[in-house]
Amino acid sequence: MTFPWLTTLIVVPALGAVLTALVPRGLEVTAKKLALFIALVTAVLTVIATVAFVRNGEPVQFVEQYAWVESFGVYWALGADGISISLIALTGVITPIVLTAMWREAEAERRNPKPFFALVLLLESMLIGAFAAKDVLLFYILFEAMLVPMYFLIGLYGGPQRRYAAVKFLLYNLLGGLIMLAAVIGLYVQAATQGRGTFLLADLVALDIPQSTQWWLFLGFMFAFAIKAPLWPFHTWLPDAAAEATPANAAYLSGVMDKVGTFGMIALALPLFPAAARDFAPAIVVLAVISILYGALLAIGQTDMKRLIAYTSISHFGLIVLGIFALNSQGAAGATLYMVNHGLATVALFVIIGFMIVRRGSRFVADYGGAAQPAPVLAGSLLFAGLAALGLPGLAPFVSEFLVLVGTYSRYRLAGVLATVGIILAALYILLLYQRTMTGPARESTAGFPDLRRRERLIVAPLVALLLALGFFPKPLLDVIGEGVQPVLAEVDVGDPEPLVPAAEGTVP
Amino acid sequence: MSPTPYLVLASILFTIGGTGVLLRRNALVAFMSVELMLNACNLAFVAFARMHGDIDGQVAAFFVMVVAAAEVVVGLAIIVTIFRTRRSASVDDASLLKL
Amino acid sequence: MTLGEIGEQTVSTAGGVFSAAWLLIVFPLIGAAALLLGSRRLDRAYGVLGCMAPLASFVVAAALFVAMLGREPEQRAISVPLYDLFAVGDYQVGVGLLVDQLSIAFSLLITGVGSLIHVYSIGYMAHDENRQRFFGYLNLFVAAMLLLVLADDYLVLYVGWEGVGLASYLLIGFWQHKDSAAVAAKKAFVVNRVGDFGMSLAVMSMVVVFGTTAFAGVFPAAADASEGWLIAIGLLLLLGACGKSAQFPLQSWLLDAMEGPTPVSALIHAATMVTAGVYLVVRSAAIYAGAEPAQTAVVVVGTITALMGAIIGCAKDDIKKALAGSTMSQIGYMMLAAGLGPAGYAFAIFHLLTHGFFKAELFLGAGSVMHGMNDEVDMRRYGGLRTVMRTTYVTFAAGYLAIIGIPPFAGFFSKDSIIEAAFANNFVAGLGALVGAGITGFYMTRVMLMTFFGERRWAPDAHPHESPSVMTVPLWILAGLSLVGGAALLYVGGGIVQWLEPVTGEEHVELGIPVWAMTLVILAVVLVGVAVAWQIFGRQPLPVTAPAGSPVTVAARRDLYGDAVNEAVFMRPGQYLTRSLVYVDNRGVDGAVVGTASAVGQFSSRLRRWQTGFVRSYALSMLAGAAVVVIAMLLVRLP
Repeated sequence: MTFPWLTTLIVVPALGAVLTALVPRGLEVTAKKLALFIALVTAVLTVIATVAFVRNGEPVQFVEQYAWVESFGVYWALGADGISISLIALTGVITPIVLTAMWREAEAERRNPKPFFALVLLLESMLIGAFAAKDVLLFYILFEAMLVPMYFLIGLYGGPQRRYAAVKFLLYNLLGGLIMLAAVIGLYVQAATQGRGTFLLADLVALDIPQSTQWWLFLGFMFAFAIKAPLWPFHTWLPDAAAEATPANAAYLSGVMDKVGTFGMIALALPLFPAAARDFAPAIVVLAVISILYGALLAIGQTDMKRLIAYTSISHFGLIVLGIFALNSQGAAGATLYMVNHGLATVALFVIIGFMIVRRGSRFVADYGGAAQPAPVLAGSLLFAGLAALGLPGLAPFVSEFLVLVGTYSRYRLAGVLATVGIILAALYILLLYQRTMTGPARESTAGFPDLRRRERLIVAPLVALLLALGFFPKPLLDVIGEGVQPVLAEVDVGDPEPLVPAAEGTVP
Repeated sequence: MSPTPYLVLASILFTIGGTGVLLRRNALVAFMSVELMLNACNLAFVAFARMHGDIDGQVAAFFVMVVAAAEVVVGLAIIVTIFRTRRSASVDDASLLKL
Repeated sequence: MTLGEIGEQTVSTAGGVFSAAWLLIVFPLIGAAALLLGSRRLDRAYGVLGCMAPLASFVVAAALFVAMLGREPEQRAISVPLYDLFAVGDYQVGVGLLVDQLSIAFSLLITGVGSLIHVYSIGYMAHDENRQRFFGYLNLFVAAMLLLVLADDYLVLYVGWEGVGLASYLLIGFWQHKDSAAVAAKKAFVVNRVGDFGMSLAVMSMVVVFGTTAFAGVFPAAADASEGWLIAIGLLLLLGACGKSAQFPLQSWLLDAMEGPTPVSALIHAATMVTAGVYLVVRSAAIYAGAEPAQTAVVVVGTITALMGAIIGCAKDDIKKALAGSTMSQIGYMMLAAGLGPAGYAFAIFHLLTHGFFKAELFLGAGSVMHGMNDEVDMRRYGGLRTVMRTTYVTFAAGYLAIIGIPPFAGFFSKDSIIEAAFANNFVAGLGALVGAGITGFYMTRVMLMTFFGERRWAPDAHPHESPSVMTVPLWILAGLSLVGGAALLYVGGGIVQWLEPVTGEEHVELGIPVWAMTLVILAVVLVGVAVAWQIFGRQPLPVTAPAGSPVTVAARRDLYGDAVNEAVFMRPGQYLTRSLVYVDNRGVDGAVVGTASAVGQFSSRLRRWQTGFVRSYALSMLAGAAVVVIAMLLVRLP
């Protein structure tokens, strides 16, 4: 019996959430410190687990399986493949950053910070659980349950329209989840008619589901994932939620939590319904391309910085989905890597914009200008995060973006070309944001801008380091991810397109 | 034995009770009508139990009595509370829970 | 060990000094990191710190060059693999350097001229409070540019390609408190991104066609690829090159880029970065070899830009913009040559190197003038400076003679070679190049006359003075290179054509007329241009405010309406599109969502009417329900 890594990674933050919530009133600082400590412990544990995973080299590791409701074939089944472990690591690393970013923000708005810290820890536990789940019902339960803490996070902390945004978020995602529940039950029925009723992913993947049934079940799953991811035209909840939530929470929402949607596509929808995935891939590719261009164009047209970043996320989620449904190694591996990289870049952007909002008290671009003069480090950080988001080569998102585009282009030429137009638009929305907020003559509104403080530098530094490291040395992570996507692609069984002209003999391999 | 007379009586009692619930506004009377309906059911239960020579029906009747007693306790308490605050025992006045 | 073939020679690995080639890139990278991330206290030693890295790289480059000279001509391409970037499916990318005749020539130019410009900047930027950051960016640029030219894989090249774009963005916008600088920087980046769109697609197409982006994999296989793909890749690479090298139709950013400090204009927007497009075309010789239409496109783009740039240069009163127009034009010449295939590749690189010398010289000279004139850039406010700024005048004149192509200055050799090669291959391109040479003579004479001759039209508070020696020494060195660089490159040790031959191949097309006659014709055309300029600008006093001018002048002042076209075709429709999309998203897409929600809400409030709150009506409905159930059960049992 090996050490139950994944259960530990789920239990530690969950326990931490309970402990944080139990800290009595008046000791808010202790609660925050406790929560941050737990988050750091979890982060260290995820990093150790990831390193252990990489060193071991097996494609699927840390497998745990205990019967939960045996008569219905429900299991507490966990396991990590290359896709899961990289997203678990992302969650583990981002959580303490988000907590640190929230350190003083709640008090500034005269709200009790304790629930925020407890809820984020609870959310972290659920996210890790969802990424590790190898039982479809367990995944579904966590997929739905994580809406609750996020609902409170948006509804309790945020802008004037936060209630509206929170309700919209909850209802929209619940609707998706409900339809997915029907598909989950349908899947169980399929399993029951073909032998033993079970929710175990491995058993369900082995089923031979008739084509038309696959179509319906696939659409049920995809609907939920497309809302969560979010894919055009199911995206409208994200700009509202991200704009109204506090920046730290918006970062967690679009940086980490929404990845469950794209994770579900690649880790569940594809292997469970390979035939339907093949049939629907062209349609989804169309939606993804629309997302990319539409999100980018809308980002250019925004006046609210947080909405702007939310729309860039929609554009980037389009790229992730595009890579997944290119159904080849480059696309799938690139998309999975993009999930990690987009997490880092978006969290950086949201957090830095949060720093600006704290200083100026406004989230509108027009209220800034010339801030680079008094606050060069802040400006530099914003530019760095922006350049990462626009896919500058040398920074992490570039490799993933390029792989996604290569994967798409090798199968769908036109979609590849159109998606590549996105890189021009990306430059526009990021540089316009930077130009309007940071450059130009010093203005009264930004005259007293203090530069980044020590805590803020501590938040930005690891993100910058990770974005650089993954930009220049993506190989270790990409190898793990590549291993992880291979079984999925084998299940879909489309194969990579062969190069038209094989490389000449005797060249560098 | 023939259960028919008992069932006829039970039906009559049930109908009287049902009419009472539907037509009377006084909460106490409505409650008594509900009790009447329950007792009509009890009568049917006991009659059938006797007919089949089986004790199940009597057990069911006991259950009904227990539940009825509990219900009366809660219901009367609510009615008394409403009466205290609103000086009325009419069921039509207590329609505040609708939106 | 033989690793494959690039061009017409084999690529091998070699130990010794070659295995240290990565130091070339690492030195400026360390310099950039130290200056950008280090404490503000480093500012006191900014000059030494800033110049150390490019000088160290120059030493490495020189050592590599010497070591390369010691090898057989066929053995001079050396591959230096560094590490694996990634491997996904069958597509693998390794970071490695390809040190060959072409890349070493570039490395020497970048680090050599780069070092001189760094030294010059010590004086030029001495009073800027952000000079530490300035040198950090310059070092970053040198590192990225070296990565660009040394990469042995198109994807890694692309990393350097964007790296120099970033450095260019940062340096154009260095004085970002000026709105114009910030806007120009953004414009440069975005226009370059349009080029990058082509570049990305070219690289992606290579993956599709060849399954690899390594030079060693692509070039040998290129001959087997279909012509359609090769043309597509060639045109896409050309689009990338147009963006970076400010060629038509992506030329509009270069003139605005002059918002950056002058050393930046000299290093990035004249000597090195903007020539990256030429490098790309020459490096991709194997692809263009099978794609004749793409080559023709390169020639057309080059010829158009050579003329456009020259015409724009004629009308600008801003000395840096006049020189920027000239840069566009000269790079047009290089492109033209590169489009001629093996017959022109070597000449393109030859002109690129000499242009690196004399254009850096001209820009630094202009910087020196601005330094002495309170950062005045309007040439109508100059005049008669030759007496007060002797050194600047003499060195600028060397650059002037070199660019218009007066023997024995550098430009004479390189430009003549290109015009001759153009005539030999394509009469129209040759004619365009010849006319361009005449216009070059005109506008450069104009710059010279307006700046250094004539009466003094200085602003009242101007007190022109010569620059400090830290600025004039680089000027002297570059002036020397402008004088002897051309002849030296062409003739010493077999010359550059023979040196590059293993990379670019060689092909000589005989000219219809003798070479000396051609040379005389070119010289005559240039002298006509000079004479016309003398007639207009040298013989009568110049008004301080610009006259209205002919329609051609007005068009040239407005960059031949490049910006106007961009604005009308892309910007305004784009703004309209984003605005209407924002509306559609709020009202249409989100409207559908909110509409559905409110429809559900309204339906619920209808349903709510059933909840009257009257207990007796509930009881009635229960009774009715019970009755229905009973009736249903009876009905079912009936038959």
